[in-house]
Amino acid sequence: MLAGVKPSCFFMENKEMHTIKHQKARSLYPTFERKAPGAEVSHYCPGCGHGTVHNLIAEAIDDLGIQDRVVFCSPVGCSVFAYYYFDVGNIQCAHGRAPAVASAIRRTHDDAIVISYQGDGDLAGIGMSQIVHAANRGENITVFFINNAIYGMTGGQMAPTTILNQKTVTTPSGRHAANEGFPIGISEIINSLHAPVFVERVSLATAPKVMKARMAIRKALRNQVDKKGFSLVEILSPCPVNWKMTAVESRRWLEENLEPVFPVGNLRDLAKGPFDRVDRKKAGRVSDRKILEILGVDEKEVHTSSIHLKEEQNVKIAGFGGQGVLSTGILLANCAIAEGLQTTWLPSYGAEMRGGTANASVNISHEAIGSPIVSFPNVLMAMNLPSLDAFEDTVRPGGCILVNSSMVPRQVRRTDVAAYHIPATDMANNIGSPQIANVILLTVYALVSGAITLETLQKVIPLSIKRKNLVNINMKAIEAGIAWLEENRK
Amino acid sequence: MGKHLMKGNEAVIYGALLGGATHYFGYPITPASEIAHAAANLFPRCGKHFLQAECEVSSISMLYGAAAAGARVITGSSGPGLSLMAEGLSYLSGSELPCVVVDVQRAGPGLGYIWPEQADYNFIVHGAGHGSHSGVVLAPNSAQEMCDFTYKAFELAERYRCTVFVLSDAYIGQIMEPVDLPRQIQSNPHKDWALYGDAESRHNLLSSIYLKMEELEGHNQHLQDKYRRMAEEIVDFEEFETADADYLFVAYGITSRICHSAQQLLRNKGIKVGMLRPKTLFPFPDVRLRELAGQLKKIIVAELSNGQMVRDVRLAVEGRVPVDLYNWMGGRIPSTEEIVHRLEAETGGL
Repeated sequence: MLAGVKPSCFFMENKEMHTIKHQKARSLYPTFERKAPGAEVSHYCPGCGHGTVHNLIAEAIDDLGIQDRVVFCSPVGCSVFAYYYFDVGNIQCAHGRAPAVASAIRRTHDDAIVISYQGDGDLAGIGMSQIVHAANRGENITVFFINNAIYGMTGGQMAPTTILNQKTVTTPSGRHAANEGFPIGISEIINSLHAPVFVERVSLATAPKVMKARMAIRKALRNQVDKKGFSLVEILSPCPVNWKMTAVESRRWLEENLEPVFPVGNLRDLAKGPFDRVDRKKAGRVSDRKILEILGVDEKEVHTSSIHLKEEQNVKIAGFGGQGVLSTGILLANCAIAEGLQTTWLPSYGAEMRGGTANASVNISHEAIGSPIVSFPNVLMAMNLPSLDAFEDTVRPGGCILVNSSMVPRQVRRTDVAAYHIPATDMANNIGSPQIANVILLTVYALVSGAITLETLQKVIPLSIKRKNLVNINMKAIEAGIAWLEENRK
Repeated sequence: MGKHLMKGNEAVIYGALLGGATHYFGYPITPASEIAHAAANLFPRCGKHFLQAECEVSSISMLYGAAAAGARVITGSSGPGLSLMAEGLSYLSGSELPCVVVDVQRAGPGLGYIWPEQADYNFIVHGAGHGSHSGVVLAPNSAQEMCDFTYKAFELAERYRCTVFVLSDAYIGQIMEPVDLPRQIQSNPHKDWALYGDAESRHNLLSSIYLKMEELEGHNQHLQDKYRRMAEEIVDFEEFETADADYLFVAYGITSRICHSAQQLLRNKGIKVGMLRPKTLFPFPDVRLRELAGQLKKIIVAELSNGQMVRDVRLAVEGRVPVDLYNWMGGRIPSTEEIVHRLEAETGGL
């Protein structure tokens, strides 16, 4: 008996069945080159279950009329060569990854019929993560899981489904729960998830059971055609060579030893998946014009003026996390763009992070900016004491330091820089929100540096803040900054 | 044309969508997560697919599946994620499937930390995963190039049927700069080798198995020929003031930005320093480096690793000129001044 040659080969045991004409499924190649040029038998070992399952799947593909639509994901293991048998689209996958590969194919072609065919090492061992998550997403794919409780291709090692006391080359005295754990019930695991629509365990032990397997395989494929969702059929299958038995003995052993551990039967058969799938074709294609619009490719630039910088601005804005330090930097960089200048913004990061403060580095220049890192700023905006302590000494002579004096209980010690002590948080609270303290500082910076204009700041702020009801309060902050500077310059 | 202030990581996704990307699969990791955030936001709105995978092993396998199905696919990650992807990257090369993989390098080894390093160079440039394989490696040094390089990566990946890596670092991922977006959306062409789940593509097989030794050898030779062709066709670099240079900085990514500033300062001090910035690390600009070697007193390779690119530079110049390494590890970034002082001290001022 060579599985893979004659469909449902077990009928051969019944002499009356000899009159049935066996015809190879159209979805199988006429000859099996893996075995030999022109060979009509498979490369699988005598008595192996793969050939039987290949036939059952191929017949189902024929009967459902889906041969052209099938993309068959073959695993690593004995069935790695499934593409030598199935005359369908084929892809060979890394060990255990077929469900991830299949998920991606599913999400590329709505009408493809995606099959993942996997053994127990592939699916229940190395690929446990991929199968569980594909099932959990309810991918509309069909998984055929061949469980023969042993690694075949690599020479009879223990599988996750090897039963207790079963001898393999890596469990020479039998599998012991204390060392190797218990055999894993994949159908039960998959059945514990919400998304799958169909889970059934079948057996190849006897002809009637093969007929049940045939039905389950068809159902699992039909579910996909009907776009119902994830279906898995676990097939208990003999491996006579690695079990060290004859073909007949292996079927008996399967029935007497595997089936009690892995009870056959349907675990789940839902009429409908637990969620509605988005039909992309109905949802409609997004036009290129719409994509350009979404990405803002055609957005007009906010261009207010062209400023001449006295010198390149290397600005460090520092404070506690949550003081809006990073967003203030972004606002400044956006203003620079509006002025037609080059700019970079970099958050506190790596070696730049010190003293428990968050900081942003902003460069503004007429030229392309080389290093975006501001190690020695010519402008420091210090929103709290640790920031002033950390960065005061790094400011270049002739630079300027703007301090939020509401938060910093000391004066700038340097005498070779211009210092502005602005009670920004107190001023902001008076206006109505501590959040705008940074805008007050930024206003004073704009006025003393000339790097950005107030007009730009007024135009960019409304585009930068999400809550539009805060625009007015930000404009008041700008006025407050102007007033403070006028008063304190006197 | 509007310039958009955006992070390098976000710019990747703008480049991807305008470059015709159809699928993003990924797993979050700092400092690359903004790539996934932007993809999650923009891919579905643009009618494309976004899926957060359960791990990087799966996300790269999803790239494998979607690429096989003819999609334009991309993922973004950082060192620990790339390590997990090694398996899939080897399979992608073996099956010659095109895809785009962005590595925002962080400090390693192991968990290391989220600060920038350039220590994935050996792993990415010299073949991530088992077997004799590689892919195109592009090295952006700005948010603009994160967009532009990703934009052109898909066409390159399809031209050579290979992985195109965008090898950046935590700074280039996190930096915000004005970006000019490409005006044209690239289309995803039909591939006669891909699996479309239809009659026309039914006979296609995507696999990296070769059962006959001579066939596998032939396949390997074919891959190597392809890599040689890349060297002739797409090697790309940028030079600054090399014509009369005595010293040459070679650096990529964030380090090239710092070196460029240092190079300009040193020129102002009268020291004849030039710079070569590889834009492609694979293929590597070895021919140009060899040409320049004869006129130089010294090459200085600056990188955030134990010295990985420096080996390629030394191989390129074949001993014609001394090659020094300025390197930093663990996330520390040199200031421009540090590099200036170091070279100044070595040259004795002039």
